[in-house]
Amino acid sequence: MALDDLYREVILDHYAHPRNRGTLEPNDVAVEGANPLCGDELVLFLRLRDGRVEEVRFEGRGCSISQASASMMTEAVKGRTLDEVRVLVAAFKGMMHGEEPGDEMGDLAALQGVRKFPVRVKCATLPWISLEQGLDEYAAR
Amino acid sequence: MALAAGIRDDFPLLSQTVGGKPLVYLDSAATSQKPRQVLESLFEYYRSYNANVHRGIYWLAEEATARYEEARTKIASLLGAARPEEIVFTRGTTEALNLVAGTWGRANVGPGDQILLTEMEHHSNIVPWQMLAAERGAVLRYIPVTDEGRLDLDTLDRLLAGRPKIVGLAHQSNVLGTINPVRWIADRAHQAGALVVVDAAQSVPHQKVDVTALGADFLAFSGHKMLGPMGIGGLWARYAVLDAMPPYHGGGEMITSVGLDRSTYKAPPHKFEAGTPDVAGAIALGVAADYIRQIGLDAITEHVRDLTAYALLRLMEIPGLTIYGPRTATDRGGAVAFTLDRVHPHDIAQVLDGDGIAVRAGHHCAEPLHRRFGIPASARASFHLYNTRAEVDALVEGLLKVRRLFARASSTAKGGAHGAG
Repeated sequence: MALDDLYREVILDHYAHPRNRGTLEPNDVAVEGANPLCGDELVLFLRLRDGRVEEVRFEGRGCSISQASASMMTEAVKGRTLDEVRVLVAAFKGMMHGEEPGDEMGDLAALQGVRKFPVRVKCATLPWISLEQGLDEYAAR
Repeated sequence: MALAAGIRDDFPLLSQTVGGKPLVYLDSAATSQKPRQVLESLFEYYRSYNANVHRGIYWLAEEATARYEEARTKIASLLGAARPEEIVFTRGTTEALNLVAGTWGRANVGPGDQILLTEMEHHSNIVPWQMLAAERGAVLRYIPVTDEGRLDLDTLDRLLAGRPKIVGLAHQSNVLGTINPVRWIADRAHQAGALVVVDAAQSVPHQKVDVTALGADFLAFSGHKMLGPMGIGGLWARYAVLDAMPPYHGGGEMITSVGLDRSTYKAPPHKFEAGTPDVAGAIALGVAADYIRQIGLDAITEHVRDLTAYALLRLMEIPGLTIYGPRTATDRGGAVAFTLDRVHPHDIAQVLDGDGIAVRAGHHCAEPLHRRFGIPASARASFHLYNTRAEVDALVEGLLKVRRLFARASSTAKGGAHGAG
């Protein structure tokens, strides 16, 4: 299998230079995610304002795919409305399950190569599932 | 005492290619590959003399029973057991250790009693004891591991002063490769009144293990790591110890007579072998033992030690690579765990897989040990008699490639927009 499909330049770049890394205080959402199989760990922080993601940060450690996916996700959701974020989460999960990515995915489309490596799909979706869980918990408050 | 050339020809699986590249199998600590002789014995059993054992009086059943018991004799002989009845067939090391905890443990460990293990144990020699401790109100203690990856034996006297009922330890660590001084520890444990259970899953495949010389009271092993099939392994214990233990699973085969209210049990080892056993697996394990003896355990030990010494030297050439466990091949088996700066072990294994190189990445069923070293996971290469120096070279080349791939990303100059936001 072609490793280049997995380790796209943009993915390695986000892994080496993660965007929006750190903690966020005060925050409206703080959610932990873990992938026990790989030992990937993630904490995601969101600050919301007027129904939009005003600020987002993540901390954690794990493989290149989980960390790059988290970094790219933070860039993709910052400034978006919560409804838009939900649509993006659904689109990302759809892409990981075989759907062709639309234009709204932007750089995230680089992660579609992970599909060819089923064991690693969980690494890519970890930040997104954590994000969805965080939004669910926020909405339930 | 070098291994004869052509050994790899006995292992059909190894001649495969992965994406056009030769398979480099470096995960024998997880499971070994099987020689043709073992594979053929499985087929031969089902084709020619498949019958249930210890039941039929027709010749087919007699043949199956005789070969099954003959396999037990072969294993007993390989391990230096006093008699074949000291070998109980199980599904493997895990079941053997659960058997000890579930029968001997339940009968002998009570509230407040201590169980002494080590920080380098595989989960299979931790979890059954945790379950027993929770049930009986017993207390777990651990012999710590030093930075070099050996047991901190300075702590032993203090830990044994707690008068543990049982001391459980790996003969050889499945992560660090460390070979523990079982005899030295067992002598002291016995003086303190404890019995000693040894997880020999990693040692039996590669070195002469003599249960008497080792000084253990229980010894667990797996067939699939010693060139045999999956699903078969065993437990050794002295006959008197087995005889005093309650049975494990109840059912057919393990009884002499069953009444409506109670039953009487067979003598060991059959007392512990309820139900239809893996007859084909046991026979094939006997064939694996024959194969190992024919090659010679000393020759296998030396070959694996030579490869390990070579691998340690070559791996230490790689910048940013950290080896966990002893840095020399003395008192050390053929498993080498390592990490690479700024590259997660799963990414290491993934990139190596692209070149047909199979290594393990994760915590290798030894989470407490990884926590002790402050890492969530490691990569591990492990060797057996069929591995070669050329395969070690391929591993080193592959790791240099991993480094280049991730170093390129790290050095990509980007603007200040990449700060923490």
